[in-house]
Amino acid sequence: MSEMSSHGIDISALGRDKRNLNLESESVAIQVNHLNLFYGHKQALFDVCMPISRQRVTAFIGPSGCGKSTLLRCFNRMNDLVDGCRIEGEINLDGHNIYRKGEDVTDLRRRVGMVFQKPNPFPKSIYENVIYGLRIQGIKQKRVLDETVEWALKGAALWDEVKDRLHESALGLSGGQQQRLVIARTIAVQPEVLLLDEPSSALDPISSLKVEELIYELKSKYTIVIVTHNMQQAARVSDYTAFMYMGKLIEYGDTDTLFTNPAKKQTEDYITGRYG
Amino acid sequence: MSAKQKDLKTWFRSGAPWIWMNAGAVTIAVLMTLGLLSLIAVRGLGHFWPADVIEAEYRVPGQESRLIAGEVVEAEQVPRARLAASGLPVEAVGGEFMTRELLKVGNREIYGADFTWLIGEWLSNQQKPDGLVVLERREWGNFYGYPLALKENGQVVAEGAAIMPELLKRIERTNELIERLAILERGDIGHINHGLERLRLERRSLELKGRLDAAVEADLQARRAEWDIRYQALESQLTELHRELSRDSMTMRTTDGREQEIQVAKIVRAFQPNAMSLPAKLGHYFVKLWEFVSDEPREANTEGGVFPAIFGTVLMTLIMAVIVTPFGVVAAVYLREYAKQGWLTRVIRIAVNNLAGVPAIVYGVFGLGFFVYVLGGSIDRLFFPEALPAPTFGTPGLMWASVTLAILTLPVVIVATEEGLARIPRMIREGSLALGATKSETLWRVVIPMASPAMMTGLILAVARAAGEVAPLMLVGVVKLAPSLPLNGNYPYLHLDQKIMHLGFHIYDVGFQSPNVEAARPLVYATALLLVLVIALLNLSAVYIRNHLREKYKALDH
Repeated sequence: MSEMSSHGIDISALGRDKRNLNLESESVAIQVNHLNLFYGHKQALFDVCMPISRQRVTAFIGPSGCGKSTLLRCFNRMNDLVDGCRIEGEINLDGHNIYRKGEDVTDLRRRVGMVFQKPNPFPKSIYENVIYGLRIQGIKQKRVLDETVEWALKGAALWDEVKDRLHESALGLSGGQQQRLVIARTIAVQPEVLLLDEPSSALDPISSLKVEELIYELKSKYTIVIVTHNMQQAARVSDYTAFMYMGKLIEYGDTDTLFTNPAKKQTEDYITGRYG
Repeated sequence: MSAKQKDLKTWFRSGAPWIWMNAGAVTIAVLMTLGLLSLIAVRGLGHFWPADVIEAEYRVPGQESRLIAGEVVEAEQVPRARLAASGLPVEAVGGEFMTRELLKVGNREIYGADFTWLIGEWLSNQQKPDGLVVLERREWGNFYGYPLALKENGQVVAEGAAIMPELLKRIERTNELIERLAILERGDIGHINHGLERLRLERRSLELKGRLDAAVEADLQARRAEWDIRYQALESQLTELHRELSRDSMTMRTTDGREQEIQVAKIVRAFQPNAMSLPAKLGHYFVKLWEFVSDEPREANTEGGVFPAIFGTVLMTLIMAVIVTPFGVVAAVYLREYAKQGWLTRVIRIAVNNLAGVPAIVYGVFGLGFFVYVLGGSIDRLFFPEALPAPTFGTPGLMWASVTLAILTLPVVIVATEEGLARIPRMIREGSLALGATKSETLWRVVIPMASPAMMTGLILAVARAAGEVAPLMLVGVVKLAPSLPLNGNYPYLHLDQKIMHLGFHIYDVGFQSPNVEAARPLVYATALLLVLVIALLNLSAVYIRNHLREKYKALDH
């Protein structure tokens, strides 16, 4: 870990095991079936169908307003909070439709963690931030909490930097540290899926790279879905990439193929920078 | 366009006039605040200074001259013609204006009034005799004069120069006795009265329930006898104290030669202002100042202190804060977080905002009509039937004053809390929800703590408004003179049904309802200053808490 967190990180090394990926042969964690989403009368997602592979990194790319964040927020039903939002179709997580009646949304959100664009630590201590989810679940044993804090912070590559000031305010951390703290907080509840909504767009390049390294580390345990504006980032960190445009899923496949040999003209235009 | 016009134009375009105007407005506001504060400070604080007492010959034309002594309180220039018109025998020749001086002559039982207006030109031979003594008394105001003899049980014990030191010693003794008497009357006997009253209520309560049989009656009788025995023991102490108090007396002579017998027990303090050094005067000043904030009022509130009023103001405001904060916060949380945002919530919000503009007296009338009569009356019928027809809560009191102020300040707290809730970034809420927290968990663990500085802001505004409010309080529980503090050693310790004193009402009462206007005027200023200080202190403590919270829940501004 230590040699990777230095500045001289070998970016190309991150993509080293991307060869020979095949969407059909993967185990499916999330299956999206004919998903339509409306904000009031305006349709934001059009008949999206896609599988998300287990323990792989899937990236959503596309121009602003193409619906990639909206789609991501469907996976933990964050869109429920938006007034006038209506959803048709289904999203199956481990074979269960998360939009079925009687679904326990809080449990779903525990299983599908989410990290947002801007770091959003709570105005509490670092320690309290990490165990927030556990406190919500009513876990009180100090030993469990202490252990969770340690492994979650280690998992988010933050432990060494904060282990001496766990009880200081999380707001005193730098932006990059805060974002890793948020990731630690998210993995502390041991989710199955991690949703990352442009996790490094508000960070400086070095912090951004650290988050990327982290994503790479985390994928052995979690199914990760990441939304990004940054195509280099998508190319570096993801195994599969979905290109979306105007609420539609245009192209979806393994990252190497999508970037080097896109099947659709729109994808090629976007990747080569003709719009977006 | 001339160069000058051009200059003017660029000056206007530079925005400098605006800056001058803004700065000017701020300056005026600051000056007015400082001016107001210094006015009440100077007028109020000057009152406690032991001013020199003059002795002079006063000769009204056409009458015999007489000796007069007192403190000059103020002097003003009055047209000669006006004085003549008011019937004074003014000489026709002389300057257009004459001086008119207000002299505090004291000796109310002799002269009929403490203050008298004199024509400065008719005063002659002004002196400040060292031997002149001022006696501050518990009744009848100050006495100015010369001591002739000090007596114990009618026997002279000191005369001439020996009087003052001996007198001071004996005043100290009587002050101690009076303190003991107060403790006995207020504390022990008050406690017994309280016990007897509770016994009477218990009996009445049992009687109403029809459970008053011989056994109970006997038990009550026995308990009453217990109280009686304790009272008898105290009563003998009481008579002993009263006898001790009336032991000493002294003979005083006024400047114009009249003699007056004064009980030493009636004297609070005696001093010779003309003979006092500056340090002595300073010492006297601070003693008086301390008496003002720590003692109870005397002489229809024109003498003594205002401690019960300070206590009442602070206690009422605190109880108000305890009521209004949770209520306002809960209402704001519902309005902002749970209520469907539509026309109905908009109407409610407008209504809440408008409530803040309703004149305070309207709240007073509402408090009296609804809280005191309807609510208080019902409480009495349900919970205190034994006390009827004497009302317990069905009469104005501390509780209703606090509740009335709470609804008066509710809009402020709701609006401030709502604003605070609206300012919490969406990201923070989503962060919590994304971890599997429910909406209410998110609210209680993250949102409300983060909005707490805003709630404190609302509370500060509420306290500032409530502590200075007078009009509604006159209707719902504030009185000129409350017999005892609403917080004392008698069960249930905090007496929410009791009437209280209040600094704001005290100002009104002393300033405009007092029979002794001249004596009361400085106290109005002093009390006003105190009220400002109390409000400032309440606010500062709230600001301190808010800043602490702000530091803790610093919003994520990046």
